[in-house]
Amino acid sequence: MKALDKKLWRELWGMRMQALAIAMVIVGGVSIFIMSLSTVDSLFETREAYYRNNHFANLFASLKRAPLSLTKRIEEIPGVERVDHRVIAYVNIDVAGFDDPVSAHLISLPDSSSGLLNQIYLRSGRLLEHDSDNEILLSEEFARAHKLHSGSKLSATINGRRKSLTVVGHALSPEYIYQIAPGAMFPDFMRYGIVWMARKPLASAYDMEGAFNNVTLTLSKGSNQQDVIDQLDELLKPYGGTGAFGRKDQLSHRFLSEELKQQKTIATVFPIIFFGVAAFILNVVTSRLISLEREQIAVLKAFGYSNFAVGWHYGKLVLMIVSIGVIAGIGIGTWMGKGMSNIYMEFYSLPFMIYVLKPQVVIAAALISITVAILGTLYALRTAAVLPPAQGMRPEPPAIYRPILIERLGLQDWFSQPTRMIIRHIERRPLKSFLTTLGISMACGTMMVGGFQEGAINHMVEVQFGMSQRSDLTAIYTEPTSQRSLYSLRNLQGVEQVEGFRAVPAKLMFEHRFYRTSVQGIQPNGDLLRLLDTRLAPIDLPEQGVIITDYLAELLHIKPGDMLSIQVLEGNRPTVQVLVAGTAKEYMGVNVYMQREALNRLLKEGNAVSGAWLKVDPYYQKDVYVALKNMPRIAGVIEQRSAIKSFYDTMAETILFFTFISTLLGSSIAFGVIYNSMRIALSERNRELASLRVLGFRRSEVAYILLGELGLLTLLAIPLGLLIGYGLCAYLAFQFDSDLYRIPLVLDRDVFAFAALVVIVSALISAVMIWRNLAHLDMVAVLKSKE
Amino acid sequence: MHHPLHQNVSNLDAPLQAKDHISVFHVKGVTKVYQMGEVQVHALRGIDLDLYQGEFAVLLGASGSGKSTLLNILGGLDAPTTGDVFYGQRNLTRATESELTDYRRYHVGFVFQFYNLIPSLTARENVAVVTEISRAPIKPEEALQLVGLGDRLDHFPAQLSGGEQQRVAIARAIAKQPDVLLCDEPTGALDSQTGIVVLEALQRVNQELGTTTAVITHNAGIAQMANRVIHLTDGLISQIQVNKHRLAPHELTW
Repeated sequence: MKALDKKLWRELWGMRMQALAIAMVIVGGVSIFIMSLSTVDSLFETREAYYRNNHFANLFASLKRAPLSLTKRIEEIPGVERVDHRVIAYVNIDVAGFDDPVSAHLISLPDSSSGLLNQIYLRSGRLLEHDSDNEILLSEEFARAHKLHSGSKLSATINGRRKSLTVVGHALSPEYIYQIAPGAMFPDFMRYGIVWMARKPLASAYDMEGAFNNVTLTLSKGSNQQDVIDQLDELLKPYGGTGAFGRKDQLSHRFLSEELKQQKTIATVFPIIFFGVAAFILNVVTSRLISLEREQIAVLKAFGYSNFAVGWHYGKLVLMIVSIGVIAGIGIGTWMGKGMSNIYMEFYSLPFMIYVLKPQVVIAAALISITVAILGTLYALRTAAVLPPAQGMRPEPPAIYRPILIERLGLQDWFSQPTRMIIRHIERRPLKSFLTTLGISMACGTMMVGGFQEGAINHMVEVQFGMSQRSDLTAIYTEPTSQRSLYSLRNLQGVEQVEGFRAVPAKLMFEHRFYRTSVQGIQPNGDLLRLLDTRLAPIDLPEQGVIITDYLAELLHIKPGDMLSIQVLEGNRPTVQVLVAGTAKEYMGVNVYMQREALNRLLKEGNAVSGAWLKVDPYYQKDVYVALKNMPRIAGVIEQRSAIKSFYDTMAETILFFTFISTLLGSSIAFGVIYNSMRIALSERNRELASLRVLGFRRSEVAYILLGELGLLTLLAIPLGLLIGYGLCAYLAFQFDSDLYRIPLVLDRDVFAFAALVVIVSALISAVMIWRNLAHLDMVAVLKSKE
Repeated sequence: MHHPLHQNVSNLDAPLQAKDHISVFHVKGVTKVYQMGEVQVHALRGIDLDLYQGEFAVLLGASGSGKSTLLNILGGLDAPTTGDVFYGQRNLTRATESELTDYRRYHVGFVFQFYNLIPSLTARENVAVVTEISRAPIKPEEALQLVGLGDRLDHFPAQLSGGEQQRVAIARAIAKQPDVLLCDEPTGALDSQTGIVVLEALQRVNQELGTTTAVITHNAGIAQMANRVIHLTDGLISQIQVNKHRLAPHELTW
């Protein structure tokens, strides 16, 4: 090893704590970068592999009933590759020992599993015997939630008839990676499941022999999806088609896509913060090192080392610190990426997870770190490189201080000399002080993101289910039913309130934009569903026109007063123009609301309802469930509150993981900035502080001068950091907005408090470490040296 | 164990002892051994010395003679390896770190070779930084007046010449009205003309405030302004010389 390199290693060892603190920040940046991008790649690759292996369809369409012969005509649509038809029913399930309403999608499986689309992935047990009329496969999550194994029995109300079914295995499906009941907001594996059954018994139960009510297809390469959709819709129209849609509108696919988008945002926002902070600290530390080593640099140059050699010497030091951070960051990032991917595998029903860490991601992480570090320290390195030897031999000129603003205002008498030293020191290098403050605030801001999620979900749930949807149960009819049927619900003991609603799938159009959702006909001035304005006050639903979700207005660029085109995708599929009367604040889903009677008129039907919202006395809740289960007309019952609870249980682990990571990262920034700033300050002011010790200052008084500055900057950084955190959360909320859900920008007070606390604790830990250094101030040496 | 030389010289002290017989420092058998890597350096090999109230003493010696070590021990910055140092009745060698801090805070004024001013504080504030923590200080302005800097109160160190900076340091050292003033090569970084101005300030303080003053220097020229000159050689007191005729600083040459 060359002598100069030995010097480098020893210096690195000498400043190991500082190097470590900087490396930690780099670790933060690299690990988040690796974690998010590898999670994105893994999730993407896994999904693609799953879709490919199990022949996930490109287009999906539901209809009332069509003869099998129609599939030939579907196959003839140009661009269609393969067509698969099935029978799907929405049914009530009865699991022994579980009283709550359970609903499921009952999906037909053909006799042979080869070649069909949306193939199931058998996790355990065996496939169905094709002639068996009581064997079923259960979606794994649902089976696990109820501890149903091969051989377990449950019963389902199939087309009004109760049937006992035997579980023969567990399965997963690419169609239900995200398993959510229609109309529900969160997955609830206790109350919603997927059940596969042989085609023959299912078809005969629903009078679907020789017919189908659901069709999926794959497209050949280069075909135009929209053209196929249009032609398919045209074909299915006479058979009650509700409109075909592609993968991007398929619910499960949508949720996963949103997740990927969010991870990509995380992969950009956070590394920027971390690399920025790391560059700043590296700059401060290298600048200091170079100024301490002026004489050594001068000597090296006097002996003939070139400017480049000297610059490169310090450049190598920077690279060594960065390398430590990059290597550890890759390791930790991979670990976190695997952890995240596993959480996703659990959260989404994926049969496997291919963890993908692309070499280009690793290379990018390393290159970005190195580039940022070199850019950050370029100025300091240049100073070392161009320092003329003769000048280097002389000590640096004394620092110049000026009276500060406070003094120009004549307020100096309020401050002791040590306090003035603190303030002047801050004022002398405003940019450095500002950047230090900014660095600490970034820590504070990063911390807040971890806690943001939980508060936002709480608020979302509170608004959506506390203020807007206030029913306890939603009962969905097998098909639109006369309003009179509500009486039988109202008459159930324990039911306090019933409101019927009519929902129809529709395509909404404004100018060239369109969106598929359902139009909800609701009771004006209803109690169980209230529309809220931006201030969360209830809105009256006008007799004419529609109220739309605020996010839909954004999507379609439509505003109150404009005319919205609604193409109903049911029945005789009328298209009408309606006035947008107003917008409603909704965090989940995208809806159009109109008075139920108006919708009935639009559909040219009597006063039909699709389902009802019920308010139930908790005491009678179980009885009501039982009664509803026994009503043949009712296809499914959704109980929102327990769904939310189970969602929280699923989320708890994820949120904990996030909070843990963001706390770790936030405190690594806080510690990195504060500890390094203190060390630099100690090194710069060593002489000054030792002199004061000689003059009779106590260790605590000297510490006040040193730590007071950082303390003050930390205190300034906290409100700034909380503001940055708020902005960061706002940015993320904005980025994460989708038609599935909008994340409200709600930050609990304890999120602020926790962020501030972690910063303060990091500062205190740094202070304690510096306090120990202050004990070793060399009072004797300082008297003899001229620095 | 008495050093023979010391026996000798203490006789020479007699006239001064008769006049100012109160001993401020009583140093007894002090040795100091530094461990420098694997080498032991004997900085002080057995010092016995008294410094008397109000006197102006110069500790003269070449570099490495141990004079700075002795001053540091007197100032409570360093502890002897063996021996005792009494400040009045108090044994400094037994003092804890915080007692030494208090000792420096309330009793000692320091003047350093390189001034060691706080760059972020003005002349006035550099003095105030000490008066704020002392018991019966004089006003910073007065202290600066005393060293002839009454018109430079609001200048920062970077705006002052070396001599001016050192005079600020003296003002800072005396403003607390210390019992002893310890000066480590106070003119070491100054040219002779500026040095004389600084020495005048020290003498004035010694005379007007009666502060016991110990100045260490390797500059024999300065010695002639002292009451007593204590010569140190290789960690021992080689000679103590009493000046019958003290010279005023402006009469000094070096």
